[in-house]
Amino acid sequence: MTKTIEFSEEQIMLLDTAMDFCRTQSPISKVRAQLDVANGFDTDQWRAMVDLGWLGVAIPESHGGIGLGMADVVPIVECMGRQLMGSPFFASTLAGQALVHGGTEAQKSTWLPRIAAGTIVTLALQEESGDWDLRNLTATATQDGDQVTLSGKKTFVMDATVADLIIASVSLDGNAVLVCIESGMIPENQIVREVVIDETRRCYEVSLDGITVPVSAMFAHQCFGEIENAALLILSAEMAGGIAGVLNTILEYLNTRKQFDRLIGSYQALKHPAVDILLGLEATRSHVYHAATVYDEGDGKELEISLKMAKAAASEHFAFAGDRAIQFHGGFGFTFECDAQLYLRRALWSQYQYGDEKYHRQHLASLLLD
Amino acid sequence: MTNSNSENPKDLETFREEVSHWLKTNVPAQPDFLLPESFMEVGTDQQFEFLRNWQQKIYEAGYLGMAWPKEYGGGGMPQIYQDIATAEMARQRVPFVPNTIGLNWAGPLILHSGTEEEKRKYIKGILSAEDIWCQGFSEPDHGSDLGNAQCRAVRDGDEYVVNGSKIWTSLGSYAKYMILLARTSTGDDNKYAGLSFFLSPMHVDGIDPQPIKKLTSEYGFCQTHFVDARIPADCLMGKEGEGWQVAMTTLMFERGATGGQAGGMSFMDLNMGDVVELSRRARRNGKPAIRDPMIRDELVKLLIEDQGNRMMNVRARIPALVSERPTAIAMSGKLRGTELKRRFTQFALSMQGANGGRFVSPNAVDGGKWQRSYFNSFSATIGGGTSQIQKNIVGERVLGLPKS
Repeated sequence: MTKTIEFSEEQIMLLDTAMDFCRTQSPISKVRAQLDVANGFDTDQWRAMVDLGWLGVAIPESHGGIGLGMADVVPIVECMGRQLMGSPFFASTLAGQALVHGGTEAQKSTWLPRIAAGTIVTLALQEESGDWDLRNLTATATQDGDQVTLSGKKTFVMDATVADLIIASVSLDGNAVLVCIESGMIPENQIVREVVIDETRRCYEVSLDGITVPVSAMFAHQCFGEIENAALLILSAEMAGGIAGVLNTILEYLNTRKQFDRLIGSYQALKHPAVDILLGLEATRSHVYHAATVYDEGDGKELEISLKMAKAAASEHFAFAGDRAIQFHGGFGFTFECDAQLYLRRALWSQYQYGDEKYHRQHLASLLLD
Repeated sequence: MTNSNSENPKDLETFREEVSHWLKTNVPAQPDFLLPESFMEVGTDQQFEFLRNWQQKIYEAGYLGMAWPKEYGGGGMPQIYQDIATAEMARQRVPFVPNTIGLNWAGPLILHSGTEEEKRKYIKGILSAEDIWCQGFSEPDHGSDLGNAQCRAVRDGDEYVVNGSKIWTSLGSYAKYMILLARTSTGDDNKYAGLSFFLSPMHVDGIDPQPIKKLTSEYGFCQTHFVDARIPADCLMGKEGEGWQVAMTTLMFERGATGGQAGGMSFMDLNMGDVVELSRRARRNGKPAIRDPMIRDELVKLLIEDQGNRMMNVRARIPALVSERPTAIAMSGKLRGTELKRRFTQFALSMQGANGGRFVSPNAVDGGKWQRSYFNSFSATIGGGTSQIQKNIVGERVLGLPKS
């Protein structure tokens, strides 16, 4: 029989720890303080996460990790999303999974233990076109003997200035391939910060022009599918957390703000959409934990369906919740000071990462109806 | 009830096969009339007799009330057996059992709060479908506002004299008993404290269930009038003034927020699988509708929502994953399920092109069951507290928002 949702003792523990940690470490005042910090995160906080073992959760024990699966990363990232915590956790975890699935043995033994110990690694997959199809590339690699010369531009490279390694996608003889670039190889002026909608994130445009790496820097397996799966899982989980966070922000206001001598939460025009947000949250979390359950052993198609459903649900419901959060705060909602904007920005950022709801529904149509 | 984990999986699988075989062998042939989709839509004697016979047959085979106590007519077995039998009925899509109000609301209530005498008197007849039950909660002027019930019951010696009327009594014409919420006192400031709960007989002078013609032009509901109807005083459940609490317990069973139901299926629902199947037959621009990009996107949206509801029910059973708002999923079940049904049946009409404009008749797509189903879906988005009331309830009890 097909698996539905299972939740292990390890996951329960991780959820409890992460909930505590993120609440204490990342109150909204801290989130706001980080908005103006260059790297967008607190190094002590990062160290604490590394000490908890979180960066190694989904890295095999043979490579210095804890050897659990991505399903165990889900509760952690969900709690981070709830508190709008900004850190290179997302980038490093995802890049780690890229290495796990596609790296050469040498790349794995070099980088995976370091990732587990806190070294930051990131992916450079997106390009100027903004196309979500990760194999549709203009950046190129040209092989000359045992050297590969790169050219072109990558966008939305998260945490590039603090990363020791950037894994970029390029087209080599018309094939999409992944290549490891150590940060020392990239001239400083080829990394330029981008202005992105979610100010808790740090993203950079990286020009690959003139960078040369050895052939051994190329991945053994071009694991775009696995990267996309991992990204959809943790992104949707983070978004589920985000919906929970913004719902609580809305409820707090609805339960304290008075207009015409009544608490505004007593008006059905606000109460009913608040319930819609709750139901969106419950649906999203359920899709997410189902996807997490089938993640490590689900057959390809079932997993793909569950992940795309999770991301479609998360995108739709988080964007709705963020949008309503602004409106329900009235005039205050229009100000930067109101926390609603932080959630709306996060919702939109996440919606446009790795495909929005319409994009995934189009793929789901083929998976479910053909 | 025994914990399901203590059952041997092998025995359970053998049992499932046994039920599966029995159902295949005994399911009645498709009749030459359109069967109703739920107990709320039983409109003709022909439909009623067909379904009553079917319930009786299932009960006699031992597949109904399996977890209810043996001494009252149940099977005295662990709940898991009933769950398996019910799931198998759903899987094979056999006709539903019509005595739903007895099996799922009145029965569990009597087992939960009734006296020994009440259990002996009522439970077996509920299971065998010999005694059909109906519900007298809503009133013509107080649809969703149950606490405001005005139907009066006045004590007179060994009897109560009942006057007033109840509406939306499904199966009212066939019922022998009614769970009745009536006002025994008007003096109190607290409107709830004046309510009492009765297990009232229906075949009494002065109780008159009048069938109501529905928007589908079929029958299925009654308005039940009480004119100086004398019912025995001992059919009062609990004490006078406790009616509201008893009614709330009943609603817990009705909304499925708690276990204890007899099992069996109350519906023979069209589902999303049927909608997808219809999209393969319906035509758009010379091609199957399922090839049309707009139709595809709508189908996928509905499938995501349907799967979300299914996964919510699974997640609700994992305490660590519902710790923040443990009742959110159960309390919103009716709202989510009935609204989705309304929308996907509505969508199924639009998919039929011009044929969406037909109604129940041989020329209509699938005999018009989609049109009938869409119209009837409102009985669930309205009955048992409208979707709008459900949103108030979830908003107030789950989200802690102030009363409207």
